[in-house]
Amino acid sequence: MAIKYSQTVIEHFTNPQNVGEIEDADATATEGSPACGDMLTFTLRVNPETHIIDDVRFRSYGCASNISTASMATVLAKGKTIEEVKHFNAKIVAEKLGGLPSTKMHCSVLAVNGLKAAIKQWEISQGLAEEEAIQCNEDTIKKLLKSVINPHTGKSIISSEMVSYIKVDGAKVFVEVNLGDTDEMYAENIREEVTETIESMKCVDEIIVRILDREKFELKNGENNNGE
Amino acid sequence: MEDKKIYFDNNDTTPMVEPVFNAMKPYFMENFGNPASLHEYGLEAEEAVGKAREDIANLINATPEELIFTGGATEANNLALFGLARMAPEKKRHIITSKVEHHAILNTVKRLGKEGFKVTFLEVDREGFVDPDDLKKAITPETFLVTVVHGNHVVGTVQDLNALGQICRDSGVLFHTDAAQSFTKVPLNVKDTPIDLISLNSHKIHGPKGVGALYMRKGVKIGRLMEGGPQENNRRPGTENVPGIMGFAEAARIGIAQQEENNQHICKIRDRLLDRLLEIPHTHINGPQGDKRLSTNANITFLYIEGEAILMHLSMRGVFVSSGSACSSIALQPSNVLTAIGLKHEEAHGSIRFSFSKLNTEEEVDIAVGHMHAVVDQLRSMSAFIPEEHSEIEGKGTTFYKKKKDEF
Repeated sequence: MAIKYSQTVIEHFTNPQNVGEIEDADATATEGSPACGDMLTFTLRVNPETHIIDDVRFRSYGCASNISTASMATVLAKGKTIEEVKHFNAKIVAEKLGGLPSTKMHCSVLAVNGLKAAIKQWEISQGLAEEEAIQCNEDTIKKLLKSVINPHTGKSIISSEMVSYIKVDGAKVFVEVNLGDTDEMYAENIREEVTETIESMKCVDEIIVRILDREKFELKNGENNNGE
Repeated sequence: MEDKKIYFDNNDTTPMVEPVFNAMKPYFMENFGNPASLHEYGLEAEEAVGKAREDIANLINATPEELIFTGGATEANNLALFGLARMAPEKKRHIITSKVEHHAILNTVKRLGKEGFKVTFLEVDREGFVDPDDLKKAITPETFLVTVVHGNHVVGTVQDLNALGQICRDSGVLFHTDAAQSFTKVPLNVKDTPIDLISLNSHKIHGPKGVGALYMRKGVKIGRLMEGGPQENNRRPGTENVPGIMGFAEAARIGIAQQEENNQHICKIRDRLLDRLLEIPHTHINGPQGDKRLSTNANITFLYIEGEAILMHLSMRGVFVSSGSACSSIALQPSNVLTAIGLKHEEAHGSIRFSFSKLNTEEEVDIAVGHMHAVVDQLRSMSAFIPEEHSEIEGKGTTFYKKKKDEF
């Protein structure tokens, strides 16, 4: 299917702002994974007195919207305080770009999360924050899964109540996702995103993601389609 | 930016050519008749469709009664698979296919799987070939149908229909192939090849969209997908797409008549592009080389960058290609074909398909190669992908997931 991008997305894609990295940066963070073909690395320079982001740069391995959202996120963040940037969300960046196709909303999530992760690194380096000890429980997983976007709707799978069951049993996690009206072709993408998100938890060894279609028919891993 | 557009996406669709358009024109406004009508207009239309059917059938050495016109190769594939499944006896509920099929086959067999049929997906090798021995081993007394694509739409692999078909014939199993990409490019003769059903299409051979055909060897019985009139020998109801069929027939006639010269021309273009682009470091070809590859298809991986970004940059420079990357797919999954031939994620993400027709020129290749160099340089210079850290390819670094696990 043809992907229609806004003029602003195209502008940031062809002429991305703040590309590269800051030498001797105050903080660095990489978000996403090369396996998904969607990865961003941010470097930051922050004024320790004012908490203003003096400089921010990114490197991208990803599609046009990955590059555009990162570019826009850095433009918006530069000159702002870290407290202001902490209030950024994926929707704000997407809106500034004149909108994103729903299948590309996850790019905006990645850009904002990457930026916030870099800020967190800076705060840790300044003794303003501590590494969070992640609790291995259902609530943590639910919180993490908020960043998983249903590509069909462009909305979080948690806010759209697609996750019907989460269970933590020692180092084993079981998640059930109901596709409902979402096209089955997205099943594998959602499965991967859920798996990868939970994998970031140190306490997890095994993840089982069960995906059910509208008729509650289980869609098995690797047997799903992937429309081109 | 170039003014002239360069279209290298001919495995997706092709531009229609003048003679084909001319062959269709009279059937819109002058000879508009319905082939089912009994009057003069009807007879004219019926004769025209009959002639088209005869010509296309002859081109594959079939008889006109063995050809059903459809609304394209997707419909032909659906008609073949669902149609045969309807007629399958109680104890014959097993279908065999490959992992490199087009979605018109893949999703159709998956649907049949949900309806209670057993489905076997044959593995392919690194170049995309099905091993005939694997097929032999997969056939059981319950198997009623084998369907394997002829020319692959992503990596251009041309399967050995004779070897696969003979195994099916020896086992008394029906054999279908989707020849949407190979028709008029690879010789196809139903008298010499043990094959029972073939899906054909028109818009990949410079014909109009929305028309195709299913060849069914005499004696093969299928059920109907739709109910309606007795058209197409009672197997595909609905008034025939007369102008489309006329265009399809003309495109097929031209395609077969020019088969050799077109293949020579297109291979030259393809190989020129492959040679030039493989000079770029960290690239490799996907699919086979030589005469077991569709003349029209080239598929190259550009490591450390992502296909959709490459595609969009090329598009803005007036070069139109396609990509098997997850990000360029609506379902955000890499092409099943690229996964099946064993590409790592990073290889599938950086894959670009260039596909050609007789209308392309060597000059276009040279211009496109120039753009490709510039785009690769630009994207690699800003890439967050660090081979030593992120690559899954052996010798280039550790597996990402393993690394990630150890980090925490």
